[in-house]
Amino acid sequence: MRKQILAWLLPCMLVAAPVAQAASVETTDELKTLKEQVRLLQQKIDKMETRLQASEKQPAAAAPAEPVVQAAESAQPQNTTRSDANVFNPQISMVLNGSYRAFSHNPATFAVPGFALGDSAGLGDRGFGINESELNFAANVDNLFYADSTLSLPRTGGINVEEAYFQTLALPAGLTVKAGRFFSGIGYINQFHPHHDDFIDRSLANRVFLNSTFAGDGIQVRWLAPTDTYFELGSELLRGDRYPGGGAALRGAGSWDVFAHVGGDVGFSNSWRAGLSWLSTKPLGRSSFDNTGAVTGTFDGNSQLLIGDLVWKWAPNGNPYDTNFKFQTELFQQQEKGMFANAGSPAASYSGRHWGGYAEAVYQFTHGWDIGIRHSEVFARNTGAAVVPGSVLDTLGFRPKRTSLVLGYANSEFSRFRLQFSRDQSRPVTDNQVALQYLMLIGAHGAHQF
Amino acid sequence: MKSLLSFGFLLLALLANTVPAEAALRVFACEPEWGALVSELGGSDVDVYTATSALQDPHHIQARPSLIARMRRSDLVVATGAQLEIGWLPVLLRQSANPAIQPSQPGYFEAAGFVAMLEVPTSVDRVQGDVHPAGNPHIQTDARNILRVAAALNQRLQMLDPTHAPDYQQRYTDFANRWQAALQRWQQMAVPLRGVKLIAYHKGWAYMLNWLGLQEVSTIEPLPGVPASAAHLSELLAKQKMQPATMVIYAAYQDPQPSEWLATRAGIPAVKLPFTVGGTDQAGDLFGLYDDTIHRLLQASGH
Repeated sequence: MRKQILAWLLPCMLVAAPVAQAASVETTDELKTLKEQVRLLQQKIDKMETRLQASEKQPAAAAPAEPVVQAAESAQPQNTTRSDANVFNPQISMVLNGSYRAFSHNPATFAVPGFALGDSAGLGDRGFGINESELNFAANVDNLFYADSTLSLPRTGGINVEEAYFQTLALPAGLTVKAGRFFSGIGYINQFHPHHDDFIDRSLANRVFLNSTFAGDGIQVRWLAPTDTYFELGSELLRGDRYPGGGAALRGAGSWDVFAHVGGDVGFSNSWRAGLSWLSTKPLGRSSFDNTGAVTGTFDGNSQLLIGDLVWKWAPNGNPYDTNFKFQTELFQQQEKGMFANAGSPAASYSGRHWGGYAEAVYQFTHGWDIGIRHSEVFARNTGAAVVPGSVLDTLGFRPKRTSLVLGYANSEFSRFRLQFSRDQSRPVTDNQVALQYLMLIGAHGAHQF
Repeated sequence: MKSLLSFGFLLLALLANTVPAEAALRVFACEPEWGALVSELGGSDVDVYTATSALQDPHHIQARPSLIARMRRSDLVVATGAQLEIGWLPVLLRQSANPAIQPSQPGYFEAAGFVAMLEVPTSVDRVQGDVHPAGNPHIQTDARNILRVAAALNQRLQMLDPTHAPDYQQRYTDFANRWQAALQRWQQMAVPLRGVKLIAYHKGWAYMLNWLGLQEVSTIEPLPGVPASAAHLSELLAKQKMQPATMVIYAAYQDPQPSEWLATRAGIPAVKLPFTVGGTDQAGDLFGLYDDTIHRLLQASGH
């Protein structure tokens, strides 16, 4: 049938061709229309053919008692890959995220004594609000590359490029290179987008040390060891304009880091991953902020951060669907040395040693429901002429901490609600906080990393 | 810093020691049925690692570090495909840093590509629950599909490991003969099951229903992947009076509770089926899988 139509079309095209060559604008248009018609016809033919093939297959499958001999032998390997999410379009997904928050103390006065905070270390405002909506596009570019881009739409308008990177798929020797803007692989939770988290916000330690998420423009190289025990080494060279860096020092290569991950299983039910990371940055005119967005100071110097992390997951027989448990912890140690200028004052010497961390446990007790607890503490010891009483570097001899309890409900993988209570003692008052959040995911759902 | 680096190298040296030297084709099988099939066809020429067990829901597997490490050194990945592993396999593939097993390479094999798919939806909307746009992925519940996949897998193994091609061919021929005989036996055994009505926990049996002529009147999950509500269960009980089913079936990895609840109320047996190799003690290999499945179905239907 296809041949017949083609045989009929061919002379038509031959007639059409010289006419088209005579080439007035109208005839080229006609040719285009004709081509379009041929294309549509071809599509119809293809559709009919697939339908025909499908109906040919049907009887073989529908006759249960037939011996399978012929059926099995006539099944020629077709080698079709059926897993591509959307033929040639990238996988597109959007995460909608909104919350209601109540604080017993005015969040505008939020501070963590002893810490010069980045612009995303706070908890946001009281009341209803949508948080950043995430728009993600991802796909294999070709046989060698994968690309992923996440744009976030802040509620105040505009677009932030959260991530926009490509990654190699086929380098030899266990190497993977990623380049562009990406969430750093240091620590554990840092590389995940917030919708993956088990709590509504990041821990106090993550907010203080990494400004919630440490990302950067640059290049990452990872090496996966050829061993049955998971062992991965990675290193990143980044622009260095993101907190705890700042100012894109060293001609725009102001931050670098290394990390190592080890992981494995214990029996069928337990699995774990542990990591050690080292981040070194050269902040140049790094501004710190209070929760109203006002600048509290400027820092020039060196900042180094060591992170140890461990995540342990339990699922009965490796089946997390109904019940599972997760323990996760990260410990931070930071050293900063340089010149700090309190807002409105000249720069003076500053040397700081900071410690902190968090531990959390989340238990999914039945399908769709989980409960979790998290505790986070940070501690600073600052010295130097810049540490004047009442400045952000003044620790007040205080040990900031925060404890949160969360209850989560998921109707499916794509819709989730969370209710979180926190007792926040980041500053020398006790702030009781309640937050209610929804997360809605539409579109393709990319698989999650461990 | 220096101590950190030297610690890293020390660790590396320790890990490097554990790498065994071996020549066998390393196969990463996503589900136990493909692991068992590769063992049948590959014998001692393959080193098979099965990523999941019969007690795990293959839709919901975590992309664990151990799986990434194993995939890193695999020569062949055998998956079901049809988006069954969409929640975990793409991450493993991307993180494995292994060019040989990326989709489109000979080292990547999807079984669903070699059988006729059932329940291919004409439209997909998440309102319908956990739907698979490429069709129902649980192809292993029809024993005839195993032979179709075996034929393709045999060719793939020979292509990847040409020096042992005659051995693969010989094992395949042997397996195909034994399988044909077993198919005749199973189809003979299953004759009384024709037209038997049942309630399934999950829409996981389309191929088996088709093969053995069973009839699924309803599922305990109101929509694929959505747990049953009390209202839905009582609806099923009401329906049972008008259109009585003979049994409730559920897979070894599924929570037996809802199935048993319904079966007790309806006064019919709840039957645990192995679903894949290892799902029951009797389903120790591929032959045992179908022997036991049919045996359990016959027993529950009073034959």
